[in-house]
Amino acid sequence: MDKQTTVRLALPVMTLWWREMVRFCRQRSRLVGAFVQPVLFWILLGAGLSASFRPPGMPAGTAYLEYFYPGIIALILLFTTIFATISVVEDRREGFLQAVLVAPVSRASIVLGQVLGGTTLALLQGLLFLLLAPFAGISLTPLAVLTAIGVMFLVAFGLTSLGLVIAWRIDSTQGFHAIMNLILIPIWVLSGAFFPASNLPGWLQWVMKLNPLTYGVAALRRCLYLGNPALAGDVPPLLSSLVLTAVFGLLAFLAATAVARRSTT
Amino acid sequence: MSQPGIESPAVEVEGVRYAYGDREALADVTFTVPRGEIWAFLGPNGGGKTTLFKILSTLMRPTGGRVRIFGHDLAHEPHAVRPRLGVVFQDPSLDPKLTVMENLIHHGHLYGLWGETLQSRARGILEQLGLEDRVRDLVETLSGGLRRRTELAKVLMPRPELLMMDEPSTGLDPGARQDFTAYLRQLRQQDHVTILITTHLIDEAEQCDRVGILHEGRMVTMGEPDALKRMVGGDVVVIDAYNPGELQGKIRERFGCEAVLVDGTLRLERPGGHEFVREIVEAFPGAVKSAAFGRPTLEDVFIRLAGRRLWSNHG
Repeated sequence: MDKQTTVRLALPVMTLWWREMVRFCRQRSRLVGAFVQPVLFWILLGAGLSASFRPPGMPAGTAYLEYFYPGIIALILLFTTIFATISVVEDRREGFLQAVLVAPVSRASIVLGQVLGGTTLALLQGLLFLLLAPFAGISLTPLAVLTAIGVMFLVAFGLTSLGLVIAWRIDSTQGFHAIMNLILIPIWVLSGAFFPASNLPGWLQWVMKLNPLTYGVAALRRCLYLGNPALAGDVPPLLSSLVLTAVFGLLAFLAATAVARRSTT
Repeated sequence: MSQPGIESPAVEVEGVRYAYGDREALADVTFTVPRGEIWAFLGPNGGGKTTLFKILSTLMRPTGGRVRIFGHDLAHEPHAVRPRLGVVFQDPSLDPKLTVMENLIHHGHLYGLWGETLQSRARGILEQLGLEDRVRDLVETLSGGLRRRTELAKVLMPRPELLMMDEPSTGLDPGARQDFTAYLRQLRQQDHVTILITTHLIDEAEQCDRVGILHEGRMVTMGEPDALKRMVGGDVVVIDAYNPGELQGKIRERFGCEAVLVDGTLRLERPGGHEFVREIVEAFPGAVKSAAFGRPTLEDVFIRLAGRRLWSNHG
């Protein structure tokens, strides 16, 4: 491929990504909503539940605040991608997306630009939260940080794509909020982010096994404790978690592209 | 139909239909727009204009029939058509959180422009539309009129060969509307751009080369505005009566011609309208509230074909 063709293919993806960055910087409230809120959750629920709740399946002495830490990373990624997909709903309502749809740009590159935009923002906020690891009692090695970034990317990519599947089909933000509470929040609650699968009733364990985010959270946990795997507790192994997370991301992206292809407004 | 090439018309629409479930929004619409003409699609809201617009702008696929733009079939080769299209939607498609320049840069990237070329094109078109002082303003801080101008700058920057605009003069005052029409003529003259607009404004449609009138999903007529107006025989006489139904009968008895009752007023097409107004007022003293006559407008053409006014209180 010559330079001309490469630029032509990359331009639409890049420009939609860039727009997400600019918009984010001009809407400070999004940072508060997607970052500060989960951190508050972590501090309040973590401190509150640490007193009465010892997560089963974890090494003795693991405080709930520490157990909850990777779960909050997942929540930050989830909230950021929710904000990113809400902005797609707004783009459609305000007419901005119409102009993009009639431009000489494939639907796949439109979706890729949107997904990468949401993923980048999620990644940056996840990275910011990694700085708080010492407060959870987790000491991170450079390798742990690097692999965690990779996992956060995969998880955010999958979640943004999933959000877009919904956003491209719904034309009001109220509708999106309803779906969010019905689908996205339960996915997070039942991913091992909030409580471990150990000791749960069989049916609930199955639901968690079928939940794709379970493997994202497991991979995060494994990466954070890369130097000392025993501390990660009773969660699925790293390699299969990574593979399943990547496969989920790819499928969600393909689904979002398919939905976007059918969309007319 | 012609092959893609220099000679193929800008737009060829053949037997196009569109249905939303059971409701037919477009029924068997056929027309051809030669290059370099300005066309208006005139009709009431719900007449099918917006559906036709969405199909021509590649947003929707028709449920039947065929559309070719510059000889390329929209169903199979939208990628060959889109780079040559400029589409102005009724709602501005600008990002309010970006500046005027950022909006243009973003749009240019979508149309494969970048770097120096893009910068100079963006500056050029902003200057041409008198927006050079607004380059760094956030779009959300602009007035409605300036936003529409920014929208137009954005769409024109990639130099479309076919410009489509859905109700472009909505929200413009009459003066700005005049300037706008003049600008369209200039575009057509200098760059040989083919222009399609939808409108519900009679005076706007009358300034176009050709007008297609859409009513209940059908193209009821099309042609040059003057030719369409000649379809109406003579002058148009409009009578506001105290009892329109009764007067209608009396006119039929006395003059042997049929007045049409449209939205509570009686209308007749008649050569020598001024004479006829006098005769009626004299023949039925006290029955006429007011009476007027005039040269036919496109609205009279529409009333003749559709049996109702374009802007109806009862429609």
